[in-house]
Amino acid sequence: MAIEIVAPGLATTVQDLGRPGYYHLGIPLSGGMDRLALQAANLLVGNDPGAAVLEAVFMGPQIVFADDRMVAVTGAELPPKVDDEPRATWTSFLVKAGQTLSFDFLKKGARAYIAIGGGVDVPVVLGSRSTYALGALGGHEGRKLQAGDRLKLGASGKPVKEGRAVAADLRRGPGDTVSLRVLPGLYWHRVADQSGRNFFADSWKVAPEADRIAYRFRGGRPLEFVPRTPPFGAGSDPSNIVDACYPYGSIQVPGGSEPIVLHRDAVSGGGYFMLGTVISADMDLIGQLQPHTPVHFAPIEMKEALAARAARKALLSRLYASLA
Amino acid sequence: MAVRYSFGGDEHIFVEVGQEMSLEAFFKSLSITNAVRESRIKGVTEICPANASFQIKFDPDLIAPDDMLSELKRLESAADTPDPSLKTRIIEIPVLYNDPWTRETLMRFRERHQDPAATDIEYATRINNFATVDDFIAAHSGSPWFVSMVGFVAGLPFLYQMVERSRQIEAPKYLRPRTDTPKLTIGHGGCFSCIYSVRGAGGYQMFGITPMPIYDPRQEISYLREFMALFRPGDMVKWKPVTVEAYHDAVADVEAGRLQPLMRDVTFSLKEFERDIAGYNSKLERTLHGH
Repeated sequence: MAIEIVAPGLATTVQDLGRPGYYHLGIPLSGGMDRLALQAANLLVGNDPGAAVLEAVFMGPQIVFADDRMVAVTGAELPPKVDDEPRATWTSFLVKAGQTLSFDFLKKGARAYIAIGGGVDVPVVLGSRSTYALGALGGHEGRKLQAGDRLKLGASGKPVKEGRAVAADLRRGPGDTVSLRVLPGLYWHRVADQSGRNFFADSWKVAPEADRIAYRFRGGRPLEFVPRTPPFGAGSDPSNIVDACYPYGSIQVPGGSEPIVLHRDAVSGGGYFMLGTVISADMDLIGQLQPHTPVHFAPIEMKEALAARAARKALLSRLYASLA
Repeated sequence: MAVRYSFGGDEHIFVEVGQEMSLEAFFKSLSITNAVRESRIKGVTEICPANASFQIKFDPDLIAPDDMLSELKRLESAADTPDPSLKTRIIEIPVLYNDPWTRETLMRFRERHQDPAATDIEYATRINNFATVDDFIAAHSGSPWFVSMVGFVAGLPFLYQMVERSRQIEAPKYLRPRTDTPKLTIGHGGCFSCIYSVRGAGGYQMFGITPMPIYDPRQEISYLREFMALFRPGDMVKWKPVTVEAYHDAVADVEAGRLQPLMRDVTFSLKEFERDIAGYNSKLERTLHGH
């Protein structure tokens, strides 16, 4: 059975947990930007936690269902409606054959995860159903959804009740101010001392250029660099390096002016220096940031990064246990 | 070469083999990444060789970052061989230099260029001290190039010219990147050429276009059915200048499923190459053409 997209929203794509193993050929992980929310949505409707869902950014789609399906919406506070009747987020609800799922305006966060019982059954490409739009790969025809698209659904999994909800303490979303924890490194030594301190002291804001590839930030002081003779092949700008591979979460600052944090659809490499990397535990949070949100970058050490990772893993285990 | 290690967050190790680009640094990073692949270290999820560096992505729940670092250092010392060689392929890529599509695109972005009065290839000809554009094309297509990295976007090869450093073509990137580049454009930035695998933003100078697709996510093109991206790090490329007519014939051949890239297996020896670059390159070209 299938769903039909009546209105696609702004940039709604099919995503699962991603496509590891091809980054050396320039094909990034893709997959949901807020992986905790994606898994929660799937668990609520009785799916495998990594089943394919719809990721909607800022604005929800309008979808007609061909058969009865359990649905859950997590992540951003994007209130769902069934035939115009409001439904709660982070809570399972039934959509019956012929009914329309639509959304109210965004209240908080940036990306909502719409899980449907049985999962979205687009073809598996290189081990994943995730959309990588830049490479026209995966998802539905390698692109964001359009009005008129019909998506097949998998067979409904284990039956679950309506009204299953994720406990409030297991939901994660951005607060009013956001701190992103960073492990300094990579080409950190290229940044002049005072300038490095400024980077972490300054208040930044999410720029409008924020998507699945990368988030850009504005508002802090420009960086100054340690003087050097450009190495052969690097280019003359002090922010240039011999083109190298970019880690997920790495922070590049082209020309020293605006930091760019790479996310799930990352360009895999390039010629800009990076001053460090946002830790894995904080990557979900970036996917929920709206433009103009104030952000601080906080320097931490590996020990703290691993502790934060363990804390996120524990949260995920509690989520799994609560919805088992 | 002092190798430098740095963690990229809790899931990556970045290893800079050389600060500057060189074939030695490229070979060393490629051989360490090959050793990492062969050693099947638990927890490694991505192995990405780059021009003069490489990156490993790992799961710190399966291997502690410091243990991962020790493993890499151990493999680094084991990868130092006196005569590095590489089993690889040489692939001929037809190029229509000075084509109408990149010309139309570059004219739209003149205000972002160093020399708005010239085309990209005229500019590169001048700053590399060639008398004419034809001389420049002869130099660009005269030697093989190494695929020293695949990435940026899906299947895009970075190419390093296999000549003495003093003869390498160099050109800066655009002052501000373009928002558009035709698919299959031959670009150049710094000392690297590239082939844009998809249409999109780009900052490299545009010299021409190839009729030969190098990335096909639908896997319909005959030679991309097995895998959607043509290039692997370590491949070699030889450009073949073609006329407009030959370009259109090749496009028709691709559409009809008739185009088979000219491609040969070769073993590359860095030592032999450095002993006689011109001679070695002629030998590679003879191998490519089956002589």
